Amino acid sequence: MARVVVDVMLKPEILDPQGQAVQGALARLGFGGVTSVRQGKRFEIDVAGPADDDLAARAEQMAGTLLANLVIEDFTVRVEP
Amino acid sequence: MAARIGVVTFPGSLDDVDAARAVRLAGAEPVALWHKDRTLQGVDAVVLPGGFSYGDYLRCGAIARFAPVMESLVDAARGGLPVLGICNGFQILCESHLLPGALTRNDSLHFVCRDQRLRIENAATAWTSAFQPGQEIVVPLKNGEGSYVADERTLDELEAEGRVVARYLDVNPNGSRRDIAGISNAAGTVVGLMPHPEHAVEPLTGPTTDGLGFFTSVLTRLVGA
Repeated sequence: MARVVVDVMLKPEILDPQGQAVQGALARLGFGGVTSVRQGKRFEIDVAGPADDDLAARAEQMAGTLLANLVIEDFTVRVEP
Repeated sequence: MAARIGVVTFPGSLDDVDAARAVRLAGAEPVALWHKDRTLQGVDAVVLPGGFSYGDYLRCGAIARFAPVMESLVDAARGGLPVLGICNGFQILCESHLLPGALTRNDSLHFVCRDQRLRIENAATAWTSAFQPGQEIVVPLKNGEGSYVADERTLDELEAEGRVVARYLDVNPNGSRRDIAGISNAAGTVVGLMPHPEHAVEPLTGPTTDGLGFFTSVLTRLVGA
């Protein structure tokens, strides 16, 4: 069994109003010095079989096909044994 | 024989019944298409209605894009079949890459529901030929993720090629780039629109009957073909 972890974030140039709202809430709670908040998604995918290059390639495909919309988002993929 | 216009129902579609009613009022025969259908039943055009397909899980339209009916639809649309995507339908067309760009969370973070004034910027598409260029109309708008975004180059291309079909007037309700309310593909056959013309087809229930023009436009095209 291997685990694939995919992190998806809005591209830097895409406005993230949710992140801005979180930043505002942090300031109201007294957490000073927060200069930016960006909100993203994390997927944890368990896959039968070894954590090898083939799985890494399939994970890239999963992320690029479905998990992220490459028009507005970037992703990173990590494969863990 | 009346033109047959398909209306796709996904799990979570809301406005399929109103869309079918608009199609009928325009003089065509609505054909109910189910998300699991593998064929389009030989329809002459398709409407992807508003709603929250698959609960808007992952991203709006991201899962609907891979519904069985969409495989046939994407092929047919590339082959020239007229397709109108309204609201969630617009999101599905962008996720399917039939239209460029994407629709993201409203800049206000609020769900917006209002009667919205629009300017028809391109009255030559399959879905807007019943309007005059520059005509102003009022139809309902209701969305939480209706902010149209694309990179500057894509936006410039859309403007240069006349593919901005409709623009918001008075207020930009959701932060859409360049006040864009709707766009088309290069051929003018596939149109995505965030506001809801299917809710403005009868005086009893709509703010106007301006929305009917989208549905009569495609009929004119089909009859003329």
